[in-house]
Amino acid sequence: MALDSKIPEGPLADKWTNYKNNINLVNPANKRNIDVIVVGTGLAGGSAAATLAELGYNVKAFCFQDSPRRAHSIAAQGGINAAKNYQGDGDSTYRLFYDTVKGGDYRSREANVYRLAEVSANIIDQCVAQGVPFAREYGGLLDNRSFGGVLVSRTFYAAGQTGQQLLLGAYSAMNRQIGRGKITMYNRHEMLDVVVVGGKARGIIARNLVTGEVERHSAHAVVLGTGGYGNVFFLSTNAMGSNVTAAWKAHKRGAFFANPCYTQIHPTCIPVSGEHQSKLTLMSESLRNDGRIWVPKNMDDVLAIREGKLKPTDIPAENRDYYLERRYPAFGNLVPRDVASRAAKERCDAGYGVNRTGEAVFLDFASAIERYGKERAHVKGFDENDPKVVKKFGQEVIREKYGNLFQMYEKIVDQNPYETPMMIYPAVHYTMGGLWVDYNLMTNVPGLYCIGEANFSDHGANRLGASALMQGLADGYFVLPYTIGDYLAQDIRTGKIPTNTPEFDEAEKNVNDSLEHLINNNGAHSVDHFHKKLGKIMWNKCGMARNAEGLREAIVEIAALREEFWKDVRVPGIQHEFNEELAKAMRVADYLELGELFAKDALEREESAGGHFREEFQTEEGEALRRPEFQYVAAWEYKGAPKDAILHKEELEFENIEVKERSYK
Amino acid sequence: MKLTLKIWRQKNADTKGKIVDYPIDGIDGDMSFLEMLDILNEELINKGDEPVAFDHDCREGICGMCSLHINGEPHGPDKGITTCQLHMRMFKDGDTIFIEPFRANAFPVIKDLVVDRSSFERVQHAGGFISVNTSGNTIDANTIPINKHDADEAFEAATCIGCGACVASCKNSSAMLFVAAKVSQFALLPQGKVEATERVLNMVKQMDEEGFGNCTNTGACEVECPKGISLEYIARMNREYLAASLKG
Repeated sequence: MALDSKIPEGPLADKWTNYKNNINLVNPANKRNIDVIVVGTGLAGGSAAATLAELGYNVKAFCFQDSPRRAHSIAAQGGINAAKNYQGDGDSTYRLFYDTVKGGDYRSREANVYRLAEVSANIIDQCVAQGVPFAREYGGLLDNRSFGGVLVSRTFYAAGQTGQQLLLGAYSAMNRQIGRGKITMYNRHEMLDVVVVGGKARGIIARNLVTGEVERHSAHAVVLGTGGYGNVFFLSTNAMGSNVTAAWKAHKRGAFFANPCYTQIHPTCIPVSGEHQSKLTLMSESLRNDGRIWVPKNMDDVLAIREGKLKPTDIPAENRDYYLERRYPAFGNLVPRDVASRAAKERCDAGYGVNRTGEAVFLDFASAIERYGKERAHVKGFDENDPKVVKKFGQEVIREKYGNLFQMYEKIVDQNPYETPMMIYPAVHYTMGGLWVDYNLMTNVPGLYCIGEANFSDHGANRLGASALMQGLADGYFVLPYTIGDYLAQDIRTGKIPTNTPEFDEAEKNVNDSLEHLINNNGAHSVDHFHKKLGKIMWNKCGMARNAEGLREAIVEIAALREEFWKDVRVPGIQHEFNEELAKAMRVADYLELGELFAKDALEREESAGGHFREEFQTEEGEALRRPEFQYVAAWEYKGAPKDAILHKEELEFENIEVKERSYK
Repeated sequence: MKLTLKIWRQKNADTKGKIVDYPIDGIDGDMSFLEMLDILNEELINKGDEPVAFDHDCREGICGMCSLHINGEPHGPDKGITTCQLHMRMFKDGDTIFIEPFRANAFPVIKDLVVDRSSFERVQHAGGFISVNTSGNTIDANTIPINKHDADEAFEAATCIGCGACVASCKNSSAMLFVAAKVSQFALLPQGKVEATERVLNMVKQMDEEGFGNCTNTGACEVECPKGISLEYIARMNREYLAASLKG
């Protein structure tokens, strides 16, 4: 099957406008007769559900949490990009497009990325109109900050909790439609299958997590905004419930899964403290605006710090290795995430890690505290040469900018980051891979759409900071509501989709069989036992650095673990009740399949690109080595077992940007 | 650390619950409170018992999913944090810890420590929004400058995570702090002023219908709020409500 990306004709800058002018529309009276299911209520799903309901469609929205507001978009910290050029520093739609394609290591689709950059400015307008309280300057206008991999200030933010504020904006738009009866909200529900009727997605099977009932829901189209699959690593910055199940079930029903190996390992997370660890906590990339990353130059100092004989503040500047500033003078501490993570790993592998486990580097705010402190002392008429005054004011500014992050750090690590540098290490954070979609954000299954982190489309092999929020809201507010109309225009005479059909029977039976197997299995080990084992294989063999031998081992090990899981997992309780272990078991079962496809994809991609680093393919300086013959999207078709998946290639063409070595030096 | 946990167990909404004792050993100060419960649950599963059900998701203090009344306090001892941010270093060897669900008529128990907070949802449906449709044509975000002080204050109100600790801490189970935070966020911004009258009336009406109690200004909610939402927002909502009632 040939993959048709359906990119509109015409010059890049006109594609989206021309496309909108020529698609089919559904008239308002007919929208009332059309149902759309939206699964997931984060920035993508929430904004899509609200907008589709505003347009007049009947929306059924699903989330596994007890409220749409709890989706994991809520935890995004640093900000959202938009090409507003409010700072007059040379930003433009083209530059945001260029930065995103380059940041993604030339592995994303030009037309989609350009459209994303084009609608980015509208997102900020829309959010402000909804009452999202972005940070402002004293003049009353919106403030910006910088993120990695770019040379302009285009990131809008609300302290260290931008995701929260944007999600509450989308949630409020949903609430208005729930109040009007245009969205029917199904909280504490988990989607467990897609129902395909006559080749089209026509519904889902969902489990009510409170009663355990398995339910049938039909619609004319199904939209998945179900987030990423970072929890395949067990430890990640994702929420405990974040899962791949919806996307994976769609894959098993025919939707191609694209680039599963593209994973973002975020450079600034709080290091693992022990075996009990259940999740990892991110410290926003925005901290790299003001924090400087370093390890000691001398091994003696490293050892003394680990043993507690020296404090980091005892090491003089000349004995510190600010390795990002040394290696990448043009971008310094603000290199993209993949580059910063690998550089931290390089130093720690060389033995310079600064904590007990040897897996941590310093993120130091002392210079920023001094710089801001002097400025504020000057403005307020205090002595800017008095270190005490400077420190007090400097800490005050840092608290205003990052207070909640510093508090989170202190609660977890039990050290005060205003006084001593933070210790950080890379951790799994985001997945660029996901369901393959065309320009319309439709998968190759007609009527099945995928938006936000769950799809593969915009970030190539590495996502730039503050672009996930942008993509989620662009897809949900401004792209999908248009493109889905073109598809639904053919359904105005279809009428309600019945659920008493053989396709629904079969899908429901499928789900019930899995649930019953798990609950009756009565094996020896808990779900977490298997999940942790899977996570270790993934981290050791499919993590920040990968090689062919390790990936081949991972494929065999994951398949064996999956077999063991189905034979030996123990799920307590019964099916028809609130049973979190059963919900977890269903999710881990899918991770045990995805993990294998992930390794297969990483093995097949014999190059290094963005977050995918193959040790065999690197430059003499240790940078990622892309290979032109891999300039394609790897879209996998399900054929019964992950090892049998068939590869389809969508070749990537770059007509508006020159593909060259990605350098941040 | 060796601890004795006294945990509320309740099969479902229709059965009575009771406190059950669980001894636990080998707890480290660097573990989070919920990681300690993970360890207990792993032990229970391995013994063939049912694990303790509790709500949690992000485990970094922002989603608002976790709850728990720990030794009589919502989100436990320590200030300005949620249960998932509570670490075991706050306890000492030999301690007994009482763990119960949030208690309020408007938050019925689903199972063990899990409660149903959909009453909060319905209050939001009644008016927790600005009626503006999505379009690519809203006015430019910088057209209306907003005083930094007002913007910051609106933001502070908007940091509410909807966890329900305010209700759980209140002797009257009042939801005033939760509702006041939303009403104040919008009342402080020019975009929100257009519908301010209807919003406060509708949200307060729904709050009363859900069976939350009255506010008697004891201030427990402000003390226990993991995000430090200020009582001043309740005063602001009362002013908004009075003005709206006079208009209405």
